[in-house]
This record gives sequence, structure tokens and C-alpha cells, in this order.
Amino acid sequence: MATITYREALNQALSEEIERDDKVVLMGEEVAQFKGSYKVSEGMLEKFGSDRIIDTPISEAAFSGLAVGAAMMGMRPVVEFMFWSFCYVAFDQIFNNAANVRYMSGGLINVPIVFRGPANGGTNVGATHSHTPENFAANTPGIKVICPATPADAKGMLKSAIRDNDPVCVMENTILYNLQGEVPEENDFIIPLGKANVVREGSDLSIIAHGKSVHTALEVAQTLDETNKVSAEVVDLRSIRPLDTETILSSVRKTNRVLLVEENKPFCGVDAQIAFLIQDQAFDYLDAPIKRVSAIDAPQAYSKSLENAQIPNHDRVLRKAMELI
Amino acid sequence: MEGLHHDTIVDGEEDDSPAKEQNVPVEEERVGDVRSEDFSEKQINRSLTPEERVNLYEQMARIRRFEERSLRSYQQGHIGGFLHLYIGQEAVAVGAVSVMGEDDHVITAYRDHGHALAVGMDMDECMAELYGKKTGCSKGKGGSMHFFAPDKNFWGGHGIVGGQTPLGLGIAYALKFNKKAGSCLCFMGDGATNQGPFYESLNLASLWNLPVVYIIENNGYSMGTAEARHSAGEPLARRGDMFDIDWSVSHGHDVYEVRHTINDALERAHNESRPSVLEIVTYRYRGHSVADPDQTYRSKEEIEEYKKSKDPINLYKEKLIAEGYLTEESALEIDRLAKEEADASAEFAQASPLPDPTELMDDIYWETDNPANKTSQGTMFFETP
Ligand SMILES: Cc1ncc(C[n+]2csc(CCOP(=O)(O)OP(=O)(O)O)c2C)c(N)n1
Ligand SMILES: [Mg+2]
Repeated sequence: MATITYREALNQALSEEIERDDKVVLMGEEVAQFKGSYKVSEGMLEKFGSDRIIDTPISEAAFSGLAVGAAMMGMRPVVEFMFWSFCYVAFDQIFNNAANVRYMSGGLINVPIVFRGPANGGTNVGATHSHTPENFAANTPGIKVICPATPADAKGMLKSAIRDNDPVCVMENTILYNLQGEVPEENDFIIPLGKANVVREGSDLSIIAHGKSVHTALEVAQTLDETNKVSAEVVDLRSIRPLDTETILSSVRKTNRVLLVEENKPFCGVDAQIAFLIQDQAFDYLDAPIKRVSAIDAPQAYSKSLENAQIPNHDRVLRKAMELI
Repeated sequence: MEGLHHDTIVDGEEDDSPAKEQNVPVEEERVGDVRSEDFSEKQINRSLTPEERVNLYEQMARIRRFEERSLRSYQQGHIGGFLHLYIGQEAVAVGAVSVMGEDDHVITAYRDHGHALAVGMDMDECMAELYGKKTGCSKGKGGSMHFFAPDKNFWGGHGIVGGQTPLGLGIAYALKFNKKAGSCLCFMGDGATNQGPFYESLNLASLWNLPVVYIIENNGYSMGTAEARHSAGEPLARRGDMFDIDWSVSHGHDVYEVRHTINDALERAHNESRPSVLEIVTYRYRGHSVADPDQTYRSKEEIEEYKKSKDPINLYKEKLIAEGYLTEESALEIDRLAKEEADASAEFAQASPLPDPTELMDDIYWETDNPANKTSQGTMFFETP
């Protein structure tokens, strides 16, 4: 095990897969000479050359669509969005073309492509740069969606995504890029999509989260333990589609109380689906209504004071947890 | 593109030409003031064998008869949704596909039946797809607008106007990446030239020297909106100029001219890895789709005038007869066979089974279709039949 950052973990995943498969290329704005807007691809241009690490103009629709066309032809492109927010100008290419070509061709054509980049709020960049479209993406059959929350997951899941024969949207987080964590060093370390992780065991309450909210959930679980002698279990979903329903349900059956936490906006957010799933399949195990903390339902605010209140923070999550016990 | 090069068109003094009747799209007005040239003398056409010449005729006749048959099936209620017919434009797809080599590929929009038949898809699978049958080329999941045949280098069939223009770019990119001297012919309509991603694609095509050939099949209308009402700055192909892309405007009713035009662009793509924008002026006889009453935006006379003077199949037939490659009788026989083939495809479609609702869940993910090679875990689908 080596301790590296989430950013370095992504870099390792990309580098190893580019080395492993000559059909893998990385393309996006500023990925090559500039070394990535967040330095995720640092050193890769020097190592792999400009045929594999490709700077694009600011044309999300064209380079996303180009990558889909190339994937249809058997390549395995990794498309970096500087922010997932910018996928909105490429929506048609991702959600019509990448998602539907296999189906509409009766299974004749595969689209092995990865779209990746940060999808998070909390950095005071305002409404246009703070979207969390994992719910939109997961609403589209044909697309897979993952939200790794730790360096090990970032590496293991991105590698899985690149090897996957279907389109995968990898939603990262700029705030997590500097997070350090232990990551296995072997070249074939991968984490399958669709496998949630119980990151803290507990018996009184399940806090189910994804992305950066997992870390907030862990802090709250710690507080609950220290100050209230409440034992909270924390489940990191890791993958949104496919979804590890088994791990969710078995945690609920164990603790009988559920708090869902996400940075998604509430209306038709990911946790709306999870709440439905739990009441549908574990209703008899619930000792209390399912509770939920999501982003406050307003466009993402710029001001730090506003945005800190908007994103599920320690206090909001703790307060909601206390309502449950 | 002798006689049709952009300079000729831009400088062509429209005022010199005789007065034109209102509503009749005198083709010279749309293509530029050019002497009509005999393209049968061009190298690419001189080298055609008699069989190949007749085959071009057969292909066009087959498309027309298929389209007519599908229209009838639609009117009989066997086909639902949208049905965009290619009648009138046959020479474009047939001419273009006829000059393609092994590593040349095709992608197009929703008016895709002509391209599908031209690349060699058979009528049965196409008609069955229109009928929504299990035996359709996409097992009844794509429909009229979404035909695919990757084994024939045909990548669809795309329903979003302009949405295929970046995909065509990506096909060209993959060819170049794999060091193939091929190209992608990316067909689109005149209306599609007003979509943003097209311009992003043109910029990338030129910047990265990609072997993509954008073929604007300018049939004069974007649904019910005539070119003059949807596009500023004619001709449309000139828009390639801002990205230093070679462009031209040519006629789409002469299959020899189409072959010559496309072949030039293919050579540019193969030899120099450079893109092209080709505007090919053509005309659709039927409404935008079968649902279009076709009464609000153009006159019957306009359609009749085109059919009379520019029908690609008739013109080519006359030419072949004059050149001695075809007789009236053999033309009739070809036509009869095409009709028979189209009727048989409708019978095949009619007799084919409908897909079962359980098949809704097939062909979504490679992974769920290949459970033995599954790598992920968890739930993929949240509502199933
Ligand atoms: C993005 C988008 N907008 C609108 C439509 C509806 N629509 C389908 S075809 C069409 C006209 C396109 O005309 P053109 O590009 O000239 O092609 P043609 O139908 O003449 O072949 C329109 C408006 C669509 N399919 N996609
Ligand atoms: Mg048109």
C-alpha cells in the first residue's frame, strides 16, 4: 500500500490503462500541455505523447461526439470534462448517442467510453460550475455512473470504467483531489462497479451517502458516537448505476433507521430512488421514516457563507440524524 | 469540381441568367451559373464497366421502389412513427457509396433508407424494422430513423438533426488513429447546417486533419422551412471556408456527377487526410415525413417541375439508353424486379414475429447481454417487464 492523493490515484489509473491497452486515449480541454486543469494528467503527455493525451478546443459537443464515434469503431476514449457542469453543452452526444446507439442498433454496436471530471459544489464557483448530474446520468438506461469518494476507489473504479464495454460517467470531486489515502500498488488492482462499501459499521442507524458526502457522514458518525453514544453505520454507495441494492438493504435490515445524504439537489435526486427502494423492499424493517439531507434546493450560491449552508454539512446531517433516534 | 468551384458560384452573376419563374427552383440558381457538364467523361466514370453502370441504375430503382412500398405500408397502418422518404434524392447515396473503398464509412441522419440499401443492407431487414418486427435490422428497437449495419461500414441512422456530425468526425479520427487510409462520409441535410456541433466539428476536422467528408444533401427544405428562410450566407458549403476546408456545390440529380464529386473528396481524405464539405443540390418529392401534408410551403408545380426535368432515375436511364448500356425493356425489367423485391420485403415483414416485451431489456448494456463476462455487481435495471 502507498499513501497517495485522489488526484495521483486517477493519474495512476489513467496511466496504467493507457499502457495496458493501445486503444485508450485521454482527451479534453487542457489535459496535455497544461497537465490538466486540476493536474490530474500531470506527466502523461511526456510519457505517452500527443497521440494518446490530446488537447481539445472548447467544443464539448464535438469532442464528446468524436469520442463516441471513435468508441463505436472500437477505441476506448476517456473524455475529461473540466467540470461535469460543462457536459450540458454535450448532452446530446452523451445521452442520445453514447447511451442509445447500442440499443437502437439491436446490440450491433458497443460504446466503450468514459466521461470523467469533477461534479461538485463547495468551491464558490457559482451555479454554472457546481452541477452534480449523477441523477440525470443515472436516469438514462445505457449509461453507468460512479462517484468514487476515496483515492483507492478513484483508482480501482476508474480502471474498471476504462475496461468496461459500456459508457461510464465518472463523477469526481475537486475538493477530494488532494485527499490522501492508502491505495494498493499492484497493477491489476481494480474495484468492480456496483459494489457499495460499508465504511463504518454501526447498529443504530444507517447513513447512506455518495461522493464527498461520505466524508461528512463519517464525521457525523464519529460525533454521534462520541457525544451521543449512538452507533451509526456509514454506507458509501460508490456506484450509482449499477446500484448495490443488497448492501443498502442489509444495512437497513440491521439498523432499522436510515438517513440518506447527498450533494445532489433533492427533486428526483439519487436518494429519492434509494428511499423508494428501501420502503419498497425493507418497509417492515423500518422503525422510523426515512430521512434525507440533500443540497438546499436553490441554484448553487457563490458566497462561501451561503454555499456552506447549502451543501449537506456536518450540522445539518447531525441534526437530521438526531431526529431519527 | 470544375465549373462548380466556389469562386464560380460566389462570383456567378445571377443577373445574367434569364428571368426565372417564381416558386420554381431553377437549379442553376441553387448551384450557381454553370454550363452543364458531361460527367460521364470523368475518369471515375469512364472506368465503369457496363455491369457497374447498370448496377447504379438498379440501386436507385430499388431505393425508389422500397420507399414507395414503405409508404403504402405506412398508409395501411403497418408502420408507425415517422417515415422520411428518400424519393428524389437517390443518386446522392447511390453515387457516393459506389465510389467508396474498403476503409470508407458512412453515417447519416434519419432519412436513412437510401443509404442503408446503397451500402448493401437487404430490403427484408429494413422493411421488417419499419414494421417493428424482431427480424428488423435493429430487432425493432431503432425504427425508420435508426438503421445500422456496422459490418457494411454503416453507422446509422441518427434522429437528432446534426447529432451525427461529431460522430462522423470520430469515425474519421479512429481511422486515422489506426493508420487506415479511409474516410467517413457524413451525410446531413441543409437544415442541419444550422446546428452548433457541426461548426465545432468542422473546426476539429480541419485542425486535426481528419478524413471526414461532410455531404450536405441540400433538398431545399428543412421540414417546411425553405433554405432562404433558414440560412444566411449562401451557398451553405461555403461555411467550410472559414475553417480552410475545401468545399464545393454540385448537382445531385446526375449520379455521374455525384461520383466525381465524392471521389475527389475521398482522394483528398485518403491522400492528404483532409476534410471536405460538399453541398449536393437535390430535391425530395414527398413531404418531410409521411405525416407532412406538404401543402403550406411549396407548390405542386415546383415538385412537378423537378420530377419532369431533374429526376435522377429517369435522367440516368435516358443516358444509359443513349450510351447503349440499357434498353427500355431491360430498364422495365429492372424496375419490375425492384418492385417485386420491395413487395416481397413487405410480405416478409408482415409474416415476421413481433419482438417479445422481455426483449426490451436486451441490447442496453454489453455487460447485461454477456452475463458470463460480467464484471460489475449490483442492480442495473429498476423496472423490468
Ligand atoms: C435537434 C433536433 N431539432 C429538431 C428536430 C426535428 N426535425 C427533424 S428533421 C428536421 C428538418 C431537418 O431538415 P434537413 O436537415 O434539411 O434534412 P432533410 O429532412 O431535408 O433531409 C427537423 C426540424 C430534430 N429531429 N432534432
Ligand atoms: Mg433538407
